[in-house]
Amino acid sequence: MAGHFIAVENLGKQYETAAPGTPPALQSVSLTIAQGEFVAVMGPSGSGKSTFMNIIGLLDTPTSGSYRLNGQDVAGLSTDELAHVRNKVFGFVFQGFNLLKRISSAENVALPMVYSGASGSDRRRRAAEMLGKVGLAAYGDAMPNRLSGGQQQRVAIARALASHPQLILADEPTGNLDTQTSVEIMGLFTALNRETGVTILLVTHEHDIAAYANRLIRFKDGRVVHDGPVIHESTAE
Amino acid sequence: MNLWSIIREAWRSLGANKLRTALTMLGMVIGVAAVVLMLAVGTGAQNQVNRAVTSMGSNLLVILSGSTSSGTLRFGSGNAPTLTTGDAEAIARLPDVQAVAPTFPGGAQVAYGVANWGTQVLGVTPEYTAVRDWPVESGDMITETDVRSATRVALLGATVVEKLFDTEDPVGKTIRIRGQPFQVIGALKKKGQSLDGRDQDDSVLVPITTAQSKLFGNRFPGTVRFMFVQAVSQEATRSAENDITLLLRQRHRIQPDQEDDFTVRNLTQVAEAASATARILSLMLGAIGSISLVVGGIGIMNIMLVSVTERTREIGIRMAIGARKRDVLMQFLLEALMICIVGGLVGIAIGVGGAYAVGKAMQIEVAFSASVALVAFAVSAATGIFFGFWPARRAASLRPVEALRYE
Repeated sequence: MAGHFIAVENLGKQYETAAPGTPPALQSVSLTIAQGEFVAVMGPSGSGKSTFMNIIGLLDTPTSGSYRLNGQDVAGLSTDELAHVRNKVFGFVFQGFNLLKRISSAENVALPMVYSGASGSDRRRRAAEMLGKVGLAAYGDAMPNRLSGGQQQRVAIARALASHPQLILADEPTGNLDTQTSVEIMGLFTALNRETGVTILLVTHEHDIAAYANRLIRFKDGRVVHDGPVIHESTAE
Repeated sequence: MNLWSIIREAWRSLGANKLRTALTMLGMVIGVAAVVLMLAVGTGAQNQVNRAVTSMGSNLLVILSGSTSSGTLRFGSGNAPTLTTGDAEAIARLPDVQAVAPTFPGGAQVAYGVANWGTQVLGVTPEYTAVRDWPVESGDMITETDVRSATRVALLGATVVEKLFDTEDPVGKTIRIRGQPFQVIGALKKKGQSLDGRDQDDSVLVPITTAQSKLFGNRFPGTVRFMFVQAVSQEATRSAENDITLLLRQRHRIQPDQEDDFTVRNLTQVAEAASATARILSLMLGAIGSISLVVGGIGIMNIMLVSVTERTREIGIRMAIGARKRDVLMQFLLEALMICIVGGLVGIAIGVGGAYAVGKAMQIEVAFSASVALVAFAVSAATGIFFGFWPARRAASLRPVEALRYE
């Protein structure tokens, strides 16, 4: 094997804006993630889990350590190459859905393909296909603010899937949803992971959400304090 | 990202905030309209002056005979019979002089059938049409023979033709000037107004000798009132002016301590002054217009900055899903450009319409040219790029994580 899908070593992040004396947001994080894993990242706020997520998603850069994606060190990539990787390799799902309000759901789903240069007909076809996959085939023309929270998050998932990503980065995807809808969304993630083999990195602070994953990484004060398989029996504390 | 998608995106985001877009565009509209209108008025004025200047003839000097005085009363130039046909012939021999057109004017009533008209009758020599750059439209010019034998022939200016003949062809007809029969041998081309606004076409040309001896009963035979002198070139007008002054002082036997009994006026200088005034006027109008354009441009920059700040989160989302720096840059630049182009087009339309209305209402000439419209359009587009670039760059250089965190 040429190497791991994701391999980070001694990853550290110190914000320049942080008050002197505060510990780094992230320090000496070393781990690997293989294709097809479903990883939950947990930890109290300020533990560094979001920083970790942003660095993995190439939205932020580490101040120390190395990050190899598919064997390639991302430190050497230009901003345009980073944009290309975000477009082709990653799909993002956010807590606040982050759909563009002014365009329809189908256009939101098609947006990553706009940046990858796909033709208009390809984009429409694929957007419809993806909306079908998340169960919103009939809602392509709807504007995002006409949809319920759960539906909006499904549109966001369809958007994340649009460019055939290898990794879906989901930052508290159920944080704004009720329990019933959360269950549906997590069911969707699980199915996607099983059926398409897409790797999922899920940040959450709810145990029952993390329980959908196969592997659990816990952060505390910028360090990894636990990394192992999810023990399904211990969902309640 | 292909251009068409960016254009559609930009159009949609402008449409999302119609009032703000319209107000921003208004700045551009006013700026471009002001430039177009001001330039149209300025160019129109300049054209009007230039036409009057060229209608005078080129490289011209005019020599007026001296003033007479009776006791303490001093009459104006052109009253004393000091210039003669002999002077004209002598001046014509000077090296810097191309041609001389001595003129003997008078007012007279002219009649054809029952129609009659009071006009200016100019006694001239064959050189007159060439010196004044005033071509004959039909028929022939007065000849040397006409001048020598003081024949009763006449050429009519366009206004006189219109007053006496309406649509009839005047050539070959006989008219009466002060009751005397004159044969019309030609008609002059329309010349328009002179610099002082006189209708130059309201005149009749006759041989100078005829005017002197038969029409206006000259008490001093062989004298002329004024003459036009054409110098060989524009540069030669100054030296021709000096040579003529020297020559005439000599011919008129004027002592060094005596004043000239004639006046030489350089019409080239008059024309230059008039053109310069018109040019400054149109420059000033253009400058006023440009200031409004700059103000409009700053309005656009202001709105684009607000728009970038407001949409920081959107920029973050776009970057997260794969927008490159240049995609974001293009999007905002295109929005600014679109405001300017649409505003520019509307401004051109309003400017042209406004200039036309102003021209109609104030009875002044306005001139549009495709180049002015094109320049106004280019300037509005350039304003868009210039004032849109900074906000757009600010948007494009945000870090994705910061943009996403923005509330």
